[in-house]
Amino acid sequence: MDAKTAFFYLFAVVLLVASFRVVTARNPVHAVLNLILAFSQAAAIWLLLKAEFLAIALVLVYLGAVMVLFLFVVMMLDIRIDALRQGFWKHFPLAAFIGVLIVFEMGMVLMGGFSSIDEPKAIATTVLNAAGQPEPYSNTKELGRLLYTEYLYPVEIAASILLVAMIAAIALTLRKRKDSKAINPSEQIRVRAADRVRLVKVAATQAPQVQDGAGDAAAQETKA
Amino acid sequence: MTLTLGHFLTLGAMLFAIAVIGIFLNRRNLIVLLMAIELMLLAVNMNFVAFSHYLGDMHGQVFVFFILTVAAAESAIGLAILVLLFRAKSSINAEDLNTLKG
Repeated sequence: MDAKTAFFYLFAVVLLVASFRVVTARNPVHAVLNLILAFSQAAAIWLLLKAEFLAIALVLVYLGAVMVLFLFVVMMLDIRIDALRQGFWKHFPLAAFIGVLIVFEMGMVLMGGFSSIDEPKAIATTVLNAAGQPEPYSNTKELGRLLYTEYLYPVEIAASILLVAMIAAIALTLRKRKDSKAINPSEQIRVRAADRVRLVKVAATQAPQVQDGAGDAAAQETKA
Repeated sequence: MTLTLGHFLTLGAMLFAIAVIGIFLNRRNLIVLLMAIELMLLAVNMNFVAFSHYLGDMHGQVFVFFILTVAAAESAIGLAILVLLFRAKSSINAEDLNTLKG
């Protein structure tokens, strides 16, 4: 057993244990942390398969962004876990049986059919550089060349999918607070004096009673 | 004993089976459902990368790239809907979502 095989079994065992804990963990935060572990092991296995760019993208995009999003949401929600896990252990034997059956059948078929393919075909046709020497093979370069030539339109569609997802996520969760005292500068600037002051012309229907007013004032003065 | 394509495909199948029983067991808990879907997509991606390596074809890795894109969009919108749902119902139990019964 060479080092690559040993590392494959190490990563595979940790990956399977972590993903099993994802679906059985009681605390959702523990589930997310186990999911992070599972994805990091998957990235390591992809490194064994010489898919370096995808492994790094998995770590950066998934562990860096999506899993942190999961973690934020799980910590934000106050989940009562007991109602959610009602009947969990009652259904567990059936689920375990189905899972073992799936693994057994798929394992028989896959190990029988594909275990003869053990020598990876070389992806790289040797590329000569300007000096006529063969360039070392680069997974990232090859992937980028494919993405930006043959798969250019799918890349643009993927970009628009991400844009739509971003707009949808913002539009879904954005809400105006009713108790907020924030001002709207646009409305403030557009205010005219005519909007705020109302001049009312009141007709003078009776003569001003100067005498009474003066008498009151005099009375107040004497009091003081 | 060398690693064959069958090893990686079997690993993917095991991961997929774990995700399936996860969906079956946690069918009330929406957030674990989302995580199980992520695990399923990871299993599929594992198969794509293994085939790409052993058959010497880069197009499989391009497909993995697009699956990652769609999975990121899916989880972002799914979590946004989950937050909305929790705001409206104070619960993420899938069995509380029965108002569309008609």
